[in-house]
Amino acid sequence: MSAELNSVCFNLNGEKVIVRDVAPTTTLLDYLRDVRSLTGTKEGCAEGDCGACTVTLASPASGGVIHRAVNACIQFLPMLEGQAITTVEAIGTSGKLHPCQQAMVDHHGSQCGFCTPGIVMSLHTAYLSRADISRSEAADLLAGNLCRCTGYGPIIDSACSMFSVRSTVALETVIAEEARALESVQRTGCLVIRHGLQQFFSPDSLDDLLTLADRHPHAVILAGATDVGLWVTKQKRVLDTIICLGRVAELKVISVSDFAIDVGAGVTYDQLMQVPELPDELTRLMRRIGGQQVRQAGTIGGNIANGSPIGDMPPALIALGARITLASGHDRRDMALEDFFQSYGKQDRRPGDVLVSISIPRPASGDHLGFYKISKRFDQDISTLCGCFALTITDGKITSARIAFGGMAGIPKRASHVEAVLTGLEWSEDSVRKAQSAFGDDFQPLTDLRGSAGYRLGVAQNLLWRFYLESTGQIAPTDRLELGQLNLAGAS
Amino acid sequence: MTGAVHKSLVHESATKHVTGSASYTDDIRAPADVLHLQLGMSSHAHARIVNMDLSAVRAAPGVVCVLTAKDVPGRNDVSPWAGDDPLFADGLVQYIGQSLFAVAATSRQAARSAVDLAKIEYDDLPALITIDQAMAAESFLEAPNVLARGDARVALDTSPHTCSGRFYIGGQEHFYLEGQVAMALPGEDGAMTVFCSSQHPSEIQHTIAHVLHIPFAMVNVEVRRMGGGFGGKETHGNLPAAAVALAARVTGRAVKCRYDRDDDMMITGKRHDFRIDYEIGFDDRGKILGLVVDQAVRCGMSFDLSQAIADRAMLHADNCYVVPDILITSYRCRTHTQSATAFRGFGGPQGMLAMERMIDAIARSLNLDPLDVREANFYPAKDTPDRNQLGVTPYGMVVEDCIIQDLVGTLVASSDYRSRRAEIARWNSASPVLKRGISLSPVKFGISFTKTEFNQAGALVHIYTDGSIHLNHGGTEMGQGLFTKVAQVVADVFAVDPAVIAITPTHTAKVPNTSATAASSGSDLNGKAAQNAALTIRARLINHLSQRYGVSPADIRFRPDGVHVGLEVFSLAQVAASAYAARISLSSTGFYATPKIQWDRTIKQGRPFFYFAYGAAVSEVVIDTLTGEHRILRADILHDAGRSLNPALDLGQIEGGYVQGAGWLTTEELVYDQKGKLLTHAPSTYKIPTCGDRPQDMRIALYARGENIEETIHRSKAVGEPPLMLGHSVLLALIDAIAQANPDQGEPQLDAPATPERVLRALGGF
Repeated sequence: MSAELNSVCFNLNGEKVIVRDVAPTTTLLDYLRDVRSLTGTKEGCAEGDCGACTVTLASPASGGVIHRAVNACIQFLPMLEGQAITTVEAIGTSGKLHPCQQAMVDHHGSQCGFCTPGIVMSLHTAYLSRADISRSEAADLLAGNLCRCTGYGPIIDSACSMFSVRSTVALETVIAEEARALESVQRTGCLVIRHGLQQFFSPDSLDDLLTLADRHPHAVILAGATDVGLWVTKQKRVLDTIICLGRVAELKVISVSDFAIDVGAGVTYDQLMQVPELPDELTRLMRRIGGQQVRQAGTIGGNIANGSPIGDMPPALIALGARITLASGHDRRDMALEDFFQSYGKQDRRPGDVLVSISIPRPASGDHLGFYKISKRFDQDISTLCGCFALTITDGKITSARIAFGGMAGIPKRASHVEAVLTGLEWSEDSVRKAQSAFGDDFQPLTDLRGSAGYRLGVAQNLLWRFYLESTGQIAPTDRLELGQLNLAGAS
Repeated sequence: MTGAVHKSLVHESATKHVTGSASYTDDIRAPADVLHLQLGMSSHAHARIVNMDLSAVRAAPGVVCVLTAKDVPGRNDVSPWAGDDPLFADGLVQYIGQSLFAVAATSRQAARSAVDLAKIEYDDLPALITIDQAMAAESFLEAPNVLARGDARVALDTSPHTCSGRFYIGGQEHFYLEGQVAMALPGEDGAMTVFCSSQHPSEIQHTIAHVLHIPFAMVNVEVRRMGGGFGGKETHGNLPAAAVALAARVTGRAVKCRYDRDDDMMITGKRHDFRIDYEIGFDDRGKILGLVVDQAVRCGMSFDLSQAIADRAMLHADNCYVVPDILITSYRCRTHTQSATAFRGFGGPQGMLAMERMIDAIARSLNLDPLDVREANFYPAKDTPDRNQLGVTPYGMVVEDCIIQDLVGTLVASSDYRSRRAEIARWNSASPVLKRGISLSPVKFGISFTKTEFNQAGALVHIYTDGSIHLNHGGTEMGQGLFTKVAQVVADVFAVDPAVIAITPTHTAKVPNTSATAASSGSDLNGKAAQNAALTIRARLINHLSQRYGVSPADIRFRPDGVHVGLEVFSLAQVAASAYAARISLSSTGFYATPKIQWDRTIKQGRPFFYFAYGAAVSEVVIDTLTGEHRILRADILHDAGRSLNPALDLGQIEGGYVQGAGWLTTEELVYDQKGKLLTHAPSTYKIPTCGDRPQDMRIALYARGENIEETIHRSKAVGEPPLMLGHSVLLALIDAIAQANPDQGEPQLDAPATPERVLRALGGF
C-alpha cells in the first residue's frame, strides 16, 4: 500500500483547502452551506434529482481540465480530493456578472430564484466546455435542473444567447490558470479518512484498491455516489467502511477495438457517450439516463454493480452480449453480464470482489438494435420498463436474438422464451405476433408507482412490434417521441 | 407619469438570484447555538396512539428537547380556522406523515436520526384513502353544497341530446424548489421573532400566538422571499413555524426547521383531486341547455381551506359558458390523507376542466369542431345588449367584462387553428403509430378572494431626508415579481427610477393584519395600498411646497428630472429635507379594500369577484399508440393581463403557469398505496416538467386590447393563477388524439394525469 493521506485537499473557488477531521460522508453541499457559509448553493431534494445544488467540478485531464456539473448534495467531501470546485458565488459579481448570469438576468430567467444558482452553474459548466448550444441541446443540458416557476423558455433563451460573448482566448487563459491551480492539489497515495467509527479509503491505484477490498470485504464500493449518496441523505444509513474508486486511473480507461469497446468500471456515462464507435442506439438510450449532473458523475460500473432491476445500462448491455470482469486480489473472473444478476438484490459478487471492467461487443452488419426506455417523463426519470432488442437477421431469417428488459423482473433479465420463439423464424409480422405471446412466459412484472403489471407487459409486447416496424423501415426510428424533434412530414 | 409602470423591468432580485446572494430563510446566518428541529411522523393513516415511547429519542446524541402535544402551552392547533390540524397528534392520527412529536437537536443530522428511535404503538382504525371510498362511506367534512339555477333535471329531460360521464382529475404536489422552512429567535418578555417562507405571515403570527398562548403583538414574522409558493405556503408553513417557536420558547435558543424534501411531500397538503360525474343537455348546434354535475373533492384529514377551494370549483364550473339550468353538487370528502390545500387556481382549474371536457364530449357526439361548440356557448361580449340578461353566472353575477370572443378569435387566427386541425386529421390518416391532436381551451377566472374580508391590504412608505424611499406592504414575494410591480407603482407616484425604491421584507410589525398573498390578488391589493401610501406623502409634499413657494398645487409636478415647483426644479432629497424642516410627516400607511364585491356563501349568490381574467391556449400534441408516450408539439397562448404592469413578468407567469398546468395533467402523478402511504414523495418518483417537456414551438402573447374595465391598479389584471388553466388544452388535445386514433370507440376515457399508461389504456392498448 502506498502512503496514507489523512486529509482532503481541493480547490474551492480558487483557494486551496485542506480539510481534516471530517465525517467522510459529509456532503459537499453541507460543507459549502454549513461550514463555508456559501449559501448560494441550495438544497432542493438532497437526492440529486433537482439540480439546485449544482456546482462546477474541474479535474485534471491529459492536456488540460475537464469540467463537470455535479450535484453537491450527493458528493461526499473526500471524493473531491485533487479537484476544484466552483460555486455560484465565485463566477461573477453584481457589478460584473458572468455571461451566463447576465443572460439569465436579461431574459428574465429567474422568478423565485431558488433553482437559479444551480441553473447558472449548469450553464457555467457548459460555457467552459463548449462553444455554442442549440435549443434542443440546451433542454438536454438542463434536464437535471428543475424549475417550477418559469416554464423554462427564458432559461433556454439564456443558454443559447450566452455564447455570443464567449471568447475562447480569454477562456483558455482562465482554464490554464485553473490547470496550474489544480496541479497544486495533486497528491499521490491512498486517502484514508477516519472519523469516529467511519473509515473512507480512496486509493490511487488498482493494486491498492484490490488490496483494500480484500482487507475490507464488506466495504461499500463507491464510484459516482449517484446511488450511494442517497443511502446517506435519504436512508440515513451510517456507512462504516467506504472504498472509493474515483482516483483509480486504471478504471477510467476506454479502449476500442474492431470487435469490442472495453470500458473501465469507473467510466462515467458522459465519458462513454463521447465514444464515436458506441452504437447509436446505446448513446440514445444513455441520453435518457439521469440528467447531465448524474451522467457526469455516475459510472457504468456502478449502474451494474448496484444490481438494480431498473438500471438502464444492464438491459442494453445484455442485449449487446456484454461481459464483465470482477477482480479479487490477483484473481480475475469473467462472466456474461446476465449471469451476474442472480435474483433481486443478489449478484454474483463475492466479498472483496470489485467490478473492474465491462466489455461491450460491437454489433456486426446484419445486427438490428432497438433500445427503448419507457417512463412517465422523458428526461431524468427512472424506467417503468426498458426493453432492448438485438437481432441478427440473415437472409430474412432471425439467426440470433438477444432481448433483455429492465423493470420487468427482480433483475435485468433476458426474454429467453421470446428469443426462442423468434430464433430461426422469418423476421415478419407473423413471427412478431407469435413471439409477443411468449412475453408472459418470461416476465411476471409487478405493479408499482411507475406502472401496472398489465401496462408493463403490454408495452413490452408493443415494443417488439415497434422494433419490427422500425427495423423494416415501416416507421422511421426518428419517430420516437423521446427525441423531442419529430420529423412530422407534412406538418404545418 | 414616468412610465415606471407598463415596462418590462427585470425582477428586483434577478441579480441576486444569479449570483447566489439572494437570501432565503435557510440562508439566514443563525446564532451559533441554534438548534435543528425534526418532526416525528405517523406511519399509520388512521389509528389511535396506544403508546408513544420517546425515551430513546430523548437519550439520542445531540438531542436537547423533545416536544409533544403535552408541551403546548396554548392551543395545539395550526389550522387556518377550523381547529382541526393539531401541531402534534394527540391520541389520534389521521394520515401517514402527520406530526406526532418534534426533536430539537444540536445538528440537523442528529435530529433526523433521533426521530427514528421513537417507539409508537398504534391501534388501527379503518382508513379512507380515495374519493370513491369516502363517497361510499359518506365521509364528508360538511354537508354537500349545492349551487342551482332553474331546473336542470327538467332541462336534461327536454334536451334534444345529452351525454354523461365520469372522470377523475388527480391532485398535484406544489414542488416549490425551496421546502418549508422556519427559524425562531426567542426575545424579551416571551416575544418571538420568526423568519419563514410563507405566503401568509399574519397567519403564522396568529398560529404561533395561539400555540404559545401569547398576544399577537408579541410575535413578529418576517418573510423576505420564498423559493416558490404556488399556494403550498399559504397554510402549510404554519406547522414548522409553530414548532420552532415552541422549541425556542422551551429551550430559550434559536431553533430552525427545514423539511427534507421527502418529509415535505409526506406532511404537506396538495391540490385537491376530484371525481366528476356529469350529465349535460344540448341542442343540435351544441348549445348547452342544462347541466347536472357532481364534484367529489378529496379534502384530506381536515378543513384547511377546502371549503373555499371547493366553492371556487363550483364557481368555475361554467367557465366561459352560459348554462341556463344548472345543478352543481359539491361533496367535500374527508379522507385519511394530507389535508389538501391551496394550489394555484384554488379549485378553479378542476371545475373549469370538467366543463371543458364536457364541451369536447358534446362536440364529438355531434361531430362538430369543439371550437364551434365553445363559441356557441360563450357569455355575451362586454358591449352586447343582452349582456345583463344572458351574461349572468349561476351564482348571480353579471359577466360585465367578457372579451373571450375577441380573444379567442384573435388566437384562432394567429395560431392557424382551423387549417392545422384539418391538416392533423389528414396526417393522422397516414400515420400508423403516431397520432396528433389539437385543442383550443379558453379561461375565465374570477379575481378576488371569495371570502370578502380578505380583500384588503396595507402598505407603509417612508421617504428619508436624503430622498431615498422605503417600501413595505403586506404582500409576499414568491417569485411572481410582486415586489417589482409594487416598486414600479410607487416609483411612478414620485417619478423616480424603480431601482431606487428600497424593497423590504414583509413583516407583521410593519403592516399588520394582512391577507395571504394568494388568489392572484397580490399586486391588485398591495399595489393599490402602496400607491395610496405614496399618494398621501406626495399630497403632503405638494401642499408643503405650495405653501412654501406660493405656487399653486397644480403647478407642482413630480418628473423624472426632479420635482417641478413652478419654474424651479428640486431633487426629491431637497423636497424631503424641506418637508422635514417644516415638520411634515414623510411616512404614511396606505390601505385598500376592493370595491363592489359581496358574497353570501351559504346561498352561493352575489358578486364574489371584482372582475374576470381571460386567456386561451391552443395545444398540439402527439401520442405514440404503442406506448402511450406523448409530447406537446406546439402551444399558442393569448392571455389578458389588462394593461400589464410589467409585460415581461406577466409573460413569465403565463408560460410558467401553462407548463405547470400541463405537468399537473400529464406527468405529475401522486400514487398512494392501499394503506394511504404516498409513494411518490421526491423528485425521483414525482415528475414535474423538465426543460425538454416544454413545447419546442411556443408562441405566447399578451392580449393587446387588454384593459381592465374596473379601476384596478393602472387597469392591470391579476395574472398569478389564470394561466395555469391554459394547460387544460394539453389534456384536451391528448383526448383529441386518442379520439382520432380510435374514431369508433366513443368518448375517450382518460383520467388525469394522462401518464403514458393512462393514454395507452384509453387507447385500449393493453
